[in-house]
Amino acid sequence: MTKFEYAPAPESGAVVDLKPSYGLFINGQFVDGTGTSFKTISPATEEVLAEVAEASAADVDAAVKAARAAYTRVWSKLSGADRGKYLFRIARILQERAREFAVLETLDNGKPIKESRDVDVPIAAAHFFYHAGWADKLDYASLGPNPRPHGVVGQIIPWNFPMLMLAWKIAPALATGNTVVLKPAETTPLTALLFAEVCQQADLPPGVVNIVTGAGVTGQAIVDHHSIDKIAFTGSTGVGKAIARAIAGTPKKATLELGGKAANIIFDDAPIDQAVEGIINGIFFNQGHVCCAGSRLLVQESIADEVDRRLKRRLQTLRVGDPLDKNTDVGAINSRAQLDRITSLVAAGEAEGAERWDTGCPLPEKGFWFRPTVFTGVSQTHRIAQEEIFGPVVSVLTFRTPSEAVAKANNTPYGLSAGIWTEKGSRILWMADQMRAGVVWANTFNKFDPTSPFGGYKESGYGREGGRHGLAAYVTTGEGA
Amino acid sequence: MSRVEVKKTYKLYVGGAFPRSESGRSYEVTDSKGRFLANAALGSRKDARDAVVAARKAQAGWAGATAYNRGQVLYRVAEVMESRKAQFVEEVRAAEGLNPTRAAAAVDAAIDRWVWYAGWSDKFTQVLGGLNPVAGPYFNISAPEPTGVVAVLAPQSSSLLGLVSVVAPVIVSGNTAVVVTSFNRPIPAITLAEALATSDVPGGVVNLVTGNPAEMAPWLASHRDVNAIDLTGVADTDIAWAELERAAANNLKRVRRPLIVDGSAVEPDWTLSPGLNRIESYLETKTVWHPKGK
Repeated sequence: MTKFEYAPAPESGAVVDLKPSYGLFINGQFVDGTGTSFKTISPATEEVLAEVAEASAADVDAAVKAARAAYTRVWSKLSGADRGKYLFRIARILQERAREFAVLETLDNGKPIKESRDVDVPIAAAHFFYHAGWADKLDYASLGPNPRPHGVVGQIIPWNFPMLMLAWKIAPALATGNTVVLKPAETTPLTALLFAEVCQQADLPPGVVNIVTGAGVTGQAIVDHHSIDKIAFTGSTGVGKAIARAIAGTPKKATLELGGKAANIIFDDAPIDQAVEGIINGIFFNQGHVCCAGSRLLVQESIADEVDRRLKRRLQTLRVGDPLDKNTDVGAINSRAQLDRITSLVAAGEAEGAERWDTGCPLPEKGFWFRPTVFTGVSQTHRIAQEEIFGPVVSVLTFRTPSEAVAKANNTPYGLSAGIWTEKGSRILWMADQMRAGVVWANTFNKFDPTSPFGGYKESGYGREGGRHGLAAYVTTGEGA
Repeated sequence: MSRVEVKKTYKLYVGGAFPRSESGRSYEVTDSKGRFLANAALGSRKDARDAVVAARKAQAGWAGATAYNRGQVLYRVAEVMESRKAQFVEEVRAAEGLNPTRAAAAVDAAIDRWVWYAGWSDKFTQVLGGLNPVAGPYFNISAPEPTGVVAVLAPQSSSLLGLVSVVAPVIVSGNTAVVVTSFNRPIPAITLAEALATSDVPGGVVNLVTGNPAEMAPWLASHRDVNAIDLTGVADTDIAWAELERAAANNLKRVRRPLIVDGSAVEPDWTLSPGLNRIESYLETKTVWHPKGK
């Protein structure tokens, strides 16, 4: 039978108007940074997209002062209803400029356009719309008596979902009456800077949102700043622990959304084709750059061979390549550094005796790429079963009984998410109870919604984002002893 | 001639048993006027660790009990305390130097606090959880669960009411507790242990270790199998609680900081209505998704 190839179907990059260089967004204006500016590149082509300012400690100080002044003079004096209206405006502008955001996200991050277009950007807009409605209803949110904002919130977000993480952070902070200094990741600053333009278009009062670009040093300046009341961080468990140590003994509060090593558990009665789609969505969505990725596949022994066969067959149909192509399933690895991390952990997997398989698909010559990879014969002590790879690599383990599945699933310091595939309702509910994880997907995986709280147990961090629960992290209440 | 009293040996309460400190140490406990009351066990690092083991062992069973059952067990503690009220009043009076009326009021409030928390056992889940209206064909529900093993530094000054006010909200949701009691006022805590042991509270759910929090707290704060720590008891001590919070970051324990007023840790006013806040400190929200379809 003739194999029909897909014709290229690239999304036009013309919708994006890239500037050669970007400053910091402080007090409603773009200003030059005083640090050493850096380049942000397209991970798919290694082309330089723009030059971005680095915020020094002095720049962070200016941003925090602007946020403090905006909090004291303007934002804390607005009614909840008026705060909400600004958020509704932002939600609408994000929807209006959705394609521009999606293309820019894909350029800067390397993720497939179908994901940035259908997941990241629409859910980001939905987060603003959802939280807009909370702004004048906080007294009804069961947060405790007299909920009130902390003041100035420092927010540090990762590169895997730049725009979505920005929305997860900024929308609840503003809805509850805080002002914000946000640092996007150094490899993906562009959509945050475009968001600064949205704030201008929405006439958001200057200083309510400040965007400072830079790397770890800039983030540390935010964490250490004496006038920051709360830190919201999404990123690695290592940095999360460092933040927890840095704010120990201070009045600063923190929410930490950190790493994961989720088990995706397939029982022998699961609908296998659906489960295979779920496995793929669980680990190859966003190149596996997902903290809640289903990176440990636990398959019941009696169906392990069949799942292995169907999974590998299906993986060979995944299209890896140009992220701007609308048919692309797996895009570019976000950075050289991340590619190196994935490569070294995969090498460790082989060295420890697990069996490596990949699709063997062709990869573009330029840019950072990694083929969808499956490890079988993995034991619980292998590094690829313990450490977060944060790439398109799944480690397959087997189990015989539900109790063994539970023991293996929970055998990790992390506790962010878990997946369960079975047709048996009572087993789903029992398994969901047993999982020490903040999000459990049963017969689905990697679903997100503004109304649905997200966050981890154990070393996956603390606090929740989204839903009524997510508001709690951004308010103090009058409760006593 | 008056009868010679039978004096009690005061021991730890770990895993439902009353062991002496493995260290073989004890310390002199006096009343508020400095008169000798008893020799209490001086708990050690190893005792604290043993208590964590006992708490971990008991946790799944306690969390797996029905909320109704946990509520009845907590209520039973109130019942048993009520029947030993005179003893508690006498011990609180001696420990805290209160007059009989105020000591009785503190004991009444402590008993009533168990009743308050007993009633929460099958209610906080509904109040704090619920269905999330996600934009898609999914059933999506969030519910709170216990975080696991909680280390508690009990308040130094309020020997019974304060102790009950920090322990009950930990265990009501299914956590188990390792409690370092008030250093200078441990006697009411040990009597509380006797009430717990006769109240259907499974062994290991509450573990009470008498001794010096400055000695044991660093080990609990850095312990890898402790999920959360309550630092309330650092108030009015020299303990550098920032160090404890820093150590707690090693496994990202949930940390309940002490109440800070004007820059220093103070003991809360335990007569205030407690609210839900302490229960919430030791909960994790779990969200479960499932598709809907024909």
